[in-house]
Amino acid sequence: MTSQYYVPPTSKWPIIAVIVVGCTALGAGSLMTYGSGLPFLLIGLAGIAFVMYGWFRDVINESMGGLYDMQMDRSFRQGMGWFIFSEVMFFAAFFGALFYIRVFALPWLDGEGAKGVTALLWPDFTASWPLMNTPDPSIGGPDAVINPWTLPLINTILLVTSSVTLTIAHHALKEGNRAKLKNWLIGTIALGLVFLVIQGIEYVEAWTQLGLTLQSGIYGSTFFLLTGFHGLHVTIGAIVLIVLLFRVMKGHFTADNHFAFEAGAWYWHFVDVVWIGLFLFVYVF
Amino acid sequence: MTPETTQSVSQHSVSDVASGHDAHAHGHAPTGLMRWLLTTNHKEIGTLYMLFSLLMLFIGGTMALVIRAELFQPGLQYVQPEFFNQMTTMHGLIMVFGAIMPAFVGLANWMIPLQVGAPDMALPRLNNFSFWLLPVAFTTLLATLFMEGGGPNFGWTFYAPLSTTYAPPSTNFFILSIHLAGISSILGAINIIATILNLRTPGMRLMDMSLFVWTWLITAFLLIAVMPVLAGVVTMMLLDINFGTSFFDAAGGGDPVLFQHLFWFFGHPEVYIMILPAFGIVSLIVPAFARKRLFGYASMVYATASIAILSFVVWAHHMFTVGLPLTAELFFMYSTMLIAVPTGVKVFNWIATLFRGSISFETPMLFSLGFIVMFTIGGLSGVMLAIVPADFQYHDTYFVVAHFHYVLVPGALFAIMAAAYYWMPKWTGHYANETLGKWHFWLSVIGVNLTFFPMHFSGLAGMPRRIPDYALQFADFNMLSSIGGFLFGFSQLIFVWVVIKAVRGGVKAPAKAWEGAEGLEWAVPSPAPLHTFDTPPEFVPERDSPSRHSDH
Repeated sequence: MTSQYYVPPTSKWPIIAVIVVGCTALGAGSLMTYGSGLPFLLIGLAGIAFVMYGWFRDVINESMGGLYDMQMDRSFRQGMGWFIFSEVMFFAAFFGALFYIRVFALPWLDGEGAKGVTALLWPDFTASWPLMNTPDPSIGGPDAVINPWTLPLINTILLVTSSVTLTIAHHALKEGNRAKLKNWLIGTIALGLVFLVIQGIEYVEAWTQLGLTLQSGIYGSTFFLLTGFHGLHVTIGAIVLIVLLFRVMKGHFTADNHFAFEAGAWYWHFVDVVWIGLFLFVYVF
Repeated sequence: MTPETTQSVSQHSVSDVASGHDAHAHGHAPTGLMRWLLTTNHKEIGTLYMLFSLLMLFIGGTMALVIRAELFQPGLQYVQPEFFNQMTTMHGLIMVFGAIMPAFVGLANWMIPLQVGAPDMALPRLNNFSFWLLPVAFTTLLATLFMEGGGPNFGWTFYAPLSTTYAPPSTNFFILSIHLAGISSILGAINIIATILNLRTPGMRLMDMSLFVWTWLITAFLLIAVMPVLAGVVTMMLLDINFGTSFFDAAGGGDPVLFQHLFWFFGHPEVYIMILPAFGIVSLIVPAFARKRLFGYASMVYATASIAILSFVVWAHHMFTVGLPLTAELFFMYSTMLIAVPTGVKVFNWIATLFRGSISFETPMLFSLGFIVMFTIGGLSGVMLAIVPADFQYHDTYFVVAHFHYVLVPGALFAIMAAAYYWMPKWTGHYANETLGKWHFWLSVIGVNLTFFPMHFSGLAGMPRRIPDYALQFADFNMLSSIGGFLFGFSQLIFVWVVIKAVRGGVKAPAKAWEGAEGLEWAVPSPAPLHTFDTPPEFVPERDSPSRHSDH
């Protein structure tokens, strides 16, 4: 065992990251609690963007400089894999909440089951899904919900297609075909961005025309919670893909050494799979 | 991971990489405060985690003493009920997220790379980020005490709607501090798993690892699985409070019980996150001072994994009185009782290891033996609480308080203390003072039992938890608990003294500080130099390892 381990040198980025994340939390907290603190929030968010730029730039430079060995590569892979697992569990909590509400809580409020005494709270309440009439009428349900076979179907096709195009780009990278890689990656990003635009249109329609808002009872709550956090993840994934595109154009990645590309692709496929769950259980059924 | 893939570690660690490592890591080391702010060294970060945890132990402990002072006699003595509620809440939050968890993460940081023969954690910069998030998170949490309306006052379990509709305005900051601590835990756990799976020295198979490493591998998995669920549930609280959603409000079709399901889906595995590494520590110390190999290494590993898997299907035993369907109550009662089986395997294992051993009673061993006895008391009261009709009587009484304090204080905390005394020679180069250590142990044992044993009786007699005043018939038990609480609290100052003394001097320790101890950490000098294992160390299977026996 004569070979030496690689240990990355000290970096100033982690502690700067802590400062800007703390600044973001402080800003968000005081904005919600006291109605002021927006500057802190914005500085914090800009700081997070700056840190991610600087930290990743250092890591990319070290990687391009040939400092990393196979062991470091495996650490990155395992780190990304477990990070995505943690994201899966984050969404699992929200899906679990959705199923609990639909399968247990609402029927019980309607008087079903041996513990149906909660039906005494609002005797006129009738459970349904989507829940158009909330138990307490003062909260008020939505007037209508999104038809899954219009914009959501288009979005499903877009996102599933984008997973396919990204895979084609990945194969192009492994074949060393840079032009094909670049074009299919651009196509993937375009599909992701169109998805986000359509999601935006759908949100405006829901909010202004259908009366479907965060405040319209549990249907609106779960709808915006699940689609909103998914949209946030598509946004993050699209930014990752755009960064990867810039790196491709600068000539980064080789046919057999391109972990960052793979990590971005894993993340994109994960976001895609979550959408299929959303399409089925939030929109269709 | 198979032995073949671990072997490949050395093949790929080419030498041109090593030259880059030398140029950077040992070039210009920052000094003073910057050294600690920028450090990516697992030993320094481990030390920071443990010092932070010790500080939090005293802050949370002071809050416990406020509670015990108020409960010394019936009637309102020193604090108002509103403040009392903030003390019970903050005491729980700080001890769970600020003291116990960071202490175990600190031990993991220090010892896992040493025990697997790694040069550092797998992702050292991420490690720095994970630690320094904690002071920010807990400064935010503590700051809520000084905000208008006071800090969190809804219990450490923060049930909705107490924590949403009826919560103080500072709750937003509480939620954000939970988010920060959660991010810290998830990233720390990712780092630990990557270190264990990827950085073991060539030849060390999974079943050759020390049990502390094994239990942490499983604990890290639990952390990654359930901390995001906690993040999800506090996010839903945030939306209910600030954006008018109805997740935990039945008026809009939501359900407050949904909060409890989500919270305890996190909360029960969280309980094992705080005890599994303790099992690992005791499984190292008992064989070392009994001078015998652990009775059953493999069964210990399988028992740990079984407990972790079961922890995902028992959560509703915290909610028996909330109005669950009968089938759910039966399912969660029996699944909970099943946990007694792997836990029993562990206790049997430790006792069988002691049987006919050549035992000596140094301080780490005393704390470990105390752990075995008193953790078992907490485990048995847990089985009592698992019985649904009995739990209807015990729920939300001091019996529950007695139960979880027995598993967390003479359980988790005693194991942390045992670990600190056990590895003190490796950290400081000096043995902890044995006389002071024994005083610390015996005063702690007396204090902890005087505090928590009478709570079984006051609880069975019907005293509810989280109240600042109580009926007269509970007065004697409460006075005993308060005296014990102050004894236990002030005894911990001895530990601070022990640490300071060991850092400054004392009996010098050789590389292998305990004659019966085994593990790669004893192959490096005491104190361990800042950088260890620049190259993969030669691995000899340990006494407890099955491969040792197949080799001979």
